[in-house]
Amino acid sequence: MASGYSSPSEYISHHLTNLKVTVGEGGFWTVNIDTIVMSWILGVVGLGAFWLVARTATSGVPGRMQSFIEMMVEFVDNTVKDVFPGDRKFLAPLALTIFVWVFMFNFMDLLPIDWVATITGAVGLHNWKAVPSTDLSATFAMSFTVFFLTIFFSFKAKGAGGFIHELFTAPFGAHPALWIPNLLLNIIELLAKPISLGMRLFGNMYAGELVFMLLGLMGMIASFSIGGMVAGVAAGALTWAWAVFHILIIVLQAFIFMVLSAVYIAMAHEHH
Amino acid sequence: MNLNATLLVQALSFAFLIWFCVKFIWPPLTNAIEERNRKIADGLAEAEKGKLALAEGEKQKAAMLKDARDAAGEIKSANEKQALKLIDDAKAQAKVEAERIITAAHAQIAQEQQKAREQLREHVAALAVAGAEKILKKEIDAKAHGEMLNQLKAQL
Repeated sequence: MASGYSSPSEYISHHLTNLKVTVGEGGFWTVNIDTIVMSWILGVVGLGAFWLVARTATSGVPGRMQSFIEMMVEFVDNTVKDVFPGDRKFLAPLALTIFVWVFMFNFMDLLPIDWVATITGAVGLHNWKAVPSTDLSATFAMSFTVFFLTIFFSFKAKGAGGFIHELFTAPFGAHPALWIPNLLLNIIELLAKPISLGMRLFGNMYAGELVFMLLGLMGMIASFSIGGMVAGVAAGALTWAWAVFHILIIVLQAFIFMVLSAVYIAMAHEHH
Repeated sequence: MNLNATLLVQALSFAFLIWFCVKFIWPPLTNAIEERNRKIADGLAEAEKGKLALAEGEKQKAAMLKDARDAAGEIKSANEKQALKLIDDAKAQAKVEAERIITAAHAQIAQEQQKAREQLREHVAALAVAGAEKILKKEIDAKAHGEMLNQLKAQL
């Protein structure tokens, strides 16, 4: 499976490079076609399951599928209720979207990386990364969308004047000498949220993927010698153990992303 | 792994998914859940009401049963009283009848006695006359001594 690579570094870089399509003059104007296609598929599958159930949802006795979907909905709804006491008509479905989408992204991490590489390579798609959350563009796209929603809800809750007033007067005070420090601190605080949010998910998934790759490299040195057999067994066992651990990680990261997004947007409604 | 225009595409996709979820997924599911919660609450309230009504009916049933039992007892005792009265009446009537029969018998007996006595007297008188006739033979004329004979008869 992992044959065909001339060196370990080629193996790693092959698995860590996105399939890029350049638009216009390149540079920033490049899109990672694998991330986009995978996230669309995962979005359609993940939210599609919810949509199918929502279309035929009955208030009578629910079937198994509806029970499961409702369990998820109530879980997300209660989580959002805990951080935001107000109207959840927008925030709760937003949180559900984040949870489902990020979970589906991360779930792809459990697909054996070499299988994905072999299958996509067989149809001519080299450098196909199946896990969108290992692409910083994907995680930042979500975290900055949340950031803009935060700004939007701040404007909505406090008005443009109130928001700008807070930028200059909180947290130190309204004295004119403190305006500049206040502003600087607020900008740092505002930007730290989406950057940490996107980085956390990306870092966890990227590092997890990297560990899978290192274990895959270890499996590549397996042979019929004693040391080679030990390496092969160890690689298989560790990959299995890491995958089990990752079942926890992928749900946890999706949950953290959801809760923090809800918290940030809930904070936008608060007055200082 | 550097940032590129994927960011914009992903952000738009994300916005679309949020819109879709807010519009088409969340409302029907939460409505279904709330509707069911309301149905369950209503059902429980109905059950509670039914339980109360049942207890009330049970109480009514017990009261009606008690009334019926009381009425039956009254009817029974009235019947018994009636029967006793009938028996007493019958007894009294029988007594009266018996007395009447006894009195009538007594009267009849007295009458019979009287009659027998009369007959006896007649016989005795006739015997006396016959005896006297035998003794006196022709000396006594029945016609001539009739007066005396009658007096004798009355003295017997």
